[in-house]
Amino acid sequence: MSIFSDIAIVWSKYGMQIISGIGNTVMISIVGTLIGLVIGLFNGVIRTIPTVKNLFARGFLRVANWIISTYVEVFRGTPMMVQAMIIFWGYAYMNGGAQLPLIPAGIVIVSINTGAYITEIVRGGIISIDRGQFEGAMSIGMSHFSTMIHIIIPQVMRNILPSVSNEFVVNIKDTSVLNVIGVTELYFYAASAAKNSYKVFASYLIACAIYFCLTFTITRILRLIEKRIEGKANYTVFGSQSDVDSEIHLEKEEPVNV
Amino acid sequence: MSESVIDIRHLKKDFGDNTVLKDIDFSIAKGETISVIGSSGSGKSTMLRCVNLLEEPTGGEILFHGRNIQTELDVSKYRAKVGMVFQSFNLFDNLNALGNCMIGQTTVLGRDKKTAEKKAMEYLDKVGMTPYINAKPRQLSGGQKQRVAIARALAMNPEVILFDEPTSALDPEMVGEVLAVMKKLSESGMTMIVVTHEMAFARDVSDRVIFMSDGYICEQGTPDEVFGDPKRKETKSFLSRFLNQ
Repeated sequence: MSIFSDIAIVWSKYGMQIISGIGNTVMISIVGTLIGLVIGLFNGVIRTIPTVKNLFARGFLRVANWIISTYVEVFRGTPMMVQAMIIFWGYAYMNGGAQLPLIPAGIVIVSINTGAYITEIVRGGIISIDRGQFEGAMSIGMSHFSTMIHIIIPQVMRNILPSVSNEFVVNIKDTSVLNVIGVTELYFYAASAAKNSYKVFASYLIACAIYFCLTFTITRILRLIEKRIEGKANYTVFGSQSDVDSEIHLEKEEPVNV
Repeated sequence: MSESVIDIRHLKKDFGDNTVLKDIDFSIAKGETISVIGSSGSGKSTMLRCVNLLEEPTGGEILFHGRNIQTELDVSKYRAKVGMVFQSFNLFDNLNALGNCMIGQTTVLGRDKKTAEKKAMEYLDKVGMTPYINAKPRQLSGGQKQRVAIARALAMNPEVILFDEPTSALDPEMVGEVLAVMKKLSESGMTMIVVTHEMAFARDVSDRVIFMSDGYICEQGTPDEVFGDPKRKETKSFLSRFLNQ
């Protein structure tokens, strides 16, 4: 009996079931990463608000910063598997055994976990933007908020895209821990196939291959999007409408700030 | 002299224990072009940044049409009327040349997109950047960036434009195109304060030259007075150092 025939047996019997888990894995990762990104952007923007003169606003900011720091430290500093258990069973404990619906619970857990990481990624992204971008905006009278929306965040998004892609890939893999609360994702079905077929190695090998295909495809797609956003390094101007040869190519300059 | 647009009175600026501006006092009249010269560290740029409130003055006051810019005016509205052109351009990297000239108009002045675009095109044309309206800053050369930056400032229809060493970061061959734009601007009656190391520009274009040294205005006068017959020994030694280079 070879491993190939084992795989063939598991695949023919449980293949469709395992594949049906892909949907939840991908969905929870995508939605979780997106919500995490929104949480991260919000927190990152709040954490980088410059000191204000108004005493009340300053006090409010201090409290908000404290809450965000605590949130980041707690969720970064504990395993997601434990967070899943605490949130799921904590809810049940406080509501007389009522259970959270599984998929939304999974999304919530992934979102707040991702949000904690992305908060720091966004903060790093914002402070890495050249001071001159803020000064340029200030010099024409733009408010801090409007500068953030129109100037800084678009640049931050470009800069943090690789890190956010990374979080997304991590999430695809880490949704597997959600099986502890019974979310029917890829790992959950692979584990049940292993249990039912007694072909543990083959079952997990299949899951492993699928996880890799998922992350690999998604990494490539995200890289492509990055390149799209980057755009061309030079700009062509036609020096003359009648003489195409006279077009002027501008070579890429040293970027002023990155 | 006609009515002054900006009055700077006993302006002081400390950075901690370091007093950069000790007592700066001067006015600029409508349509006037003032060049500010002096050695590095004499406080020229800091003075200019105080005028636009990029630095908070620690003493004295700055009046815009007789009103204190820190206490009587809304900072954002004031800044919209006082443009600034930086040494390092500070164009918005995520927007193309046209967008750079539009964003302030739409967000600060509340102009609609169409009006903003028309204005932006008008001023981009003035600085000779029409072919590059769709280019992002990183696709442009230094001189082109600075011309877009000038168009960005102009598009806000400011009453005054402050230039903070606008040609210091440029290759020598690109200095000319930027200075030409500034000269045209000065001749068209724009009120300008120009911090510069371009002595030829200060001498030929400005109405008045201010020489700063060690946080004070050491000497001021017409270009002929300052360059032709400097009174103070600091001015003399600065100019001789510059002219002997």
